[in-house]
Amino acid sequence: MSNIFSKANCLTFLNPLSKENPVIVQILGICSALAVTAKLAPACVMAISVTCVLALANVIISLMRKSIPSSIRIIVQLVVVAALVVIVEQVLKAYAYDVSKQLSVFIGLIITNCILMGRLEAFALNNRPWPSFLDGVGNGLGYGIILVIVAFFRELLGSGTLFGFQVVPQCWYDAGYMNNGLMILPPMALITVGCIIWVHRSFNKDLQEKQ
Amino acid sequence: MNKQSNSYTILYAVGLVLVVGLALSAVYQTLRPAQQENIDDDTRSQILKAALLTAPEGVPMSDFFAEHVKKSYIVNYNGAIVDKNADAAFDATLHMSQESKKPENERKLPVFECSTEKGLKYILPVYGQGLWGPIWGYVAFDADGETIYGAYFAHQGETPGLGAEIEKPQFSDQFRNKKIFNNNTFEPIMVVKVGKEPTGKEWVHSVSGATITSSGVQTMLDKSLRPYEKFLENLHSSSAAK
Repeated sequence: MSNIFSKANCLTFLNPLSKENPVIVQILGICSALAVTAKLAPACVMAISVTCVLALANVIISLMRKSIPSSIRIIVQLVVVAALVVIVEQVLKAYAYDVSKQLSVFIGLIITNCILMGRLEAFALNNRPWPSFLDGVGNGLGYGIILVIVAFFRELLGSGTLFGFQVVPQCWYDAGYMNNGLMILPPMALITVGCIIWVHRSFNKDLQEKQ
Repeated sequence: MNKQSNSYTILYAVGLVLVVGLALSAVYQTLRPAQQENIDDDTRSQILKAALLTAPEGVPMSDFFAEHVKKSYIVNYNGAIVDKNADAAFDATLHMSQESKKPENERKLPVFECSTEKGLKYILPVYGQGLWGPIWGYVAFDADGETIYGAYFAHQGETPGLGAEIEKPQFSDQFRNKKIFNNNTFEPIMVVKVGKEPTGKEWVHSVSGATITSSGVQTMLDKSLRPYEKFLENLHSSSAAK
């Protein structure tokens, strides 16, 4: 660990963006990927929030890793994550009320995101704080990329808008084009995620199952 | 010390809970006043949105509110003013979730008199249930006590793109100029699907794909405005007499 930007650390950060992506390779965090991707704006904020909480929680658990009794480690992780999320929520309510109103229940959803538990258990418990921080940021961003891609297609095809601005021109509607209401409903998020996995695996042949 | 022993585990758990509990309550206590102020200001801005007023940039919400809402009070089921204290009316508005559970004749019914360019408007709060959680809103009436001047709806966690659309002006603007009395009988506005418009009744179009939230709005208007029936009738007859 002489160099903080050593090759191993770079891989820790970069791998979750594609080859070990938490959503499309490890299939974690699907629930919130369905819930917040009907519009781009909440998807972006959710991505940022998860990245922050995951990086912080990873560092804290990594600092505590030598003292945590293994029989209650999951509970300890949960308590740390829940406390972080509640503090973030309270601070937002006091100083950024509009943002906290827009997010409403999504902030609470971060606690139940399995990516958090997954990374704490698989990485932070066995690694030093700095690599854990990189791992947290990397996985948060890897999750965020997928969220933004899914939200892009769902908002564009479902509402004809991006970030709330109309992008499908009125003349298309006049010519008979209609927004696909199905895109707003959760099942289409699953299908969009499926399409992303398909494209991703056709580029990364080593991820394909043998049969 | 053996880290796998029971006593270490129990001590560790107790210590962790104490530290986290203390930290959380400290955060809550320090941030509470700032949060309450935000909530108050947000409620004020929602009340004014029903009367189609938005505070200009840089003007503090509480000043803007005081400038327009000169009088607010609580009325009872019979339409009589029971409390002239403006703070009490505002407080009852903040606690609509508890008020709406009481029987109609025991509820505190807040009224905000708001002066606008188009004359005096009476703003009444409404509260009900959507699909995932509470929905609420404010309805501004003209001085005749029957014509809706404007409405504003909000929700806690309705589905974005579906139920959440009730807070958009596209939905709430439909309520403008609707009348809540039909041949002198109280008749709340119906929220109906395209193609199901009733004849001889006042209606607005529901949000497509959000049936439960939309019918929640209709029920909310009925349940929350009906206790005000006498108050609105009084307004109506006094304005007709003039």
